[in-house]
Amino acid sequence: MTCSEFLKELSDYLDNTTDQRIRAELEDHLHWCHNCYVVCNTTKRTIEIYRDSQLFELPDDLRNRLRTAIIGKCKQHKAKTDA
Amino acid sequence: MGAIESKVSEPVSDESVLVNAARNGDVGAFEQLVRRYDRNVFRIAQHITQNREDAEDVVQDAFLKAFQNLGQFQGQSKFYTWLVRIAVNEALMRLRRRRPERTVSLDEDVKTEEDSIPREVADWSPNPEQLYSQAELKDILSKTIQGLSPGFRTVFVLRDVEALSTEETAEALNLSIPAVKSRLLRARLQLRERLNKYFKRRNGDSKQ
Repeated sequence: MTCSEFLKELSDYLDNTTDQRIRAELEDHLHWCHNCYVVCNTTKRTIEIYRDSQLFELPDDLRNRLRTAIIGKCKQHKAKTDA
Repeated sequence: MGAIESKVSEPVSDESVLVNAARNGDVGAFEQLVRRYDRNVFRIAQHITQNREDAEDVVQDAFLKAFQNLGQFQGQSKFYTWLVRIAVNEALMRLRRRRPERTVSLDEDVKTEEDSIPREVADWSPNPEQLYSQAELKDILSKTIQGLSPGFRTVFVLRDVEALSTEETAEALNLSIPAVKSRLLRARLQLRERLNKYFKRRNGDSKQ
């Protein structure tokens, strides 16, 4: 397996959706190719860092304000369609 | 388990009861659906638009559109996937309005694979998050993902942040499964490359 073949399979490998034969080939490649090992490891960390980042959390006050607005508009819509 | 279970989302069967009630005009049932998914919709909207006001508008408009069009929701997909589809469309529309000079489309594709070939291969610090304060880290992550094209960052956010499956992402974005997979791989590799400069191992491995 070449490095570019490894890269093509990287996402499926990280998502654990490769079949066992390909997975064994990928892991064999990782044993001897330091560059792919680093790319694999840092890509995995990239995903984890974003997943755990709590980026763009919705603050409670804004959340309440938005929900009130949404429900108000839904009630208006319902009143119109019921009329 | 007891009280902790309240954090776990309700089973889908309960959701279909709420969706049916909301479809029949029960605003209270719809409010429960809003409470269940408003945080997710806000996060997706802010990731796509990169603008707080736009994200707020997207949340309001996406939920209102969902309520108005519940009659068209067939129930073949999950309510959440259907809602995400509405929210993504609303977010892209606002992005287009804000950046009329640039094409904003999920169909855009990068012509070559060049953008995703790792150029810098450096190992990262054992705990890269600890190199920065929480606020600094959020700023780095936000700026870095902003550099991706809207199509790439949308796929990354749905798959890797919101944990939708490949199939759900394809459905929400009206893309084929191979297209989702190809964009996801490139998005992941591009983010990795861009984060290198912040997280790569330095001498002594401590904050400068």
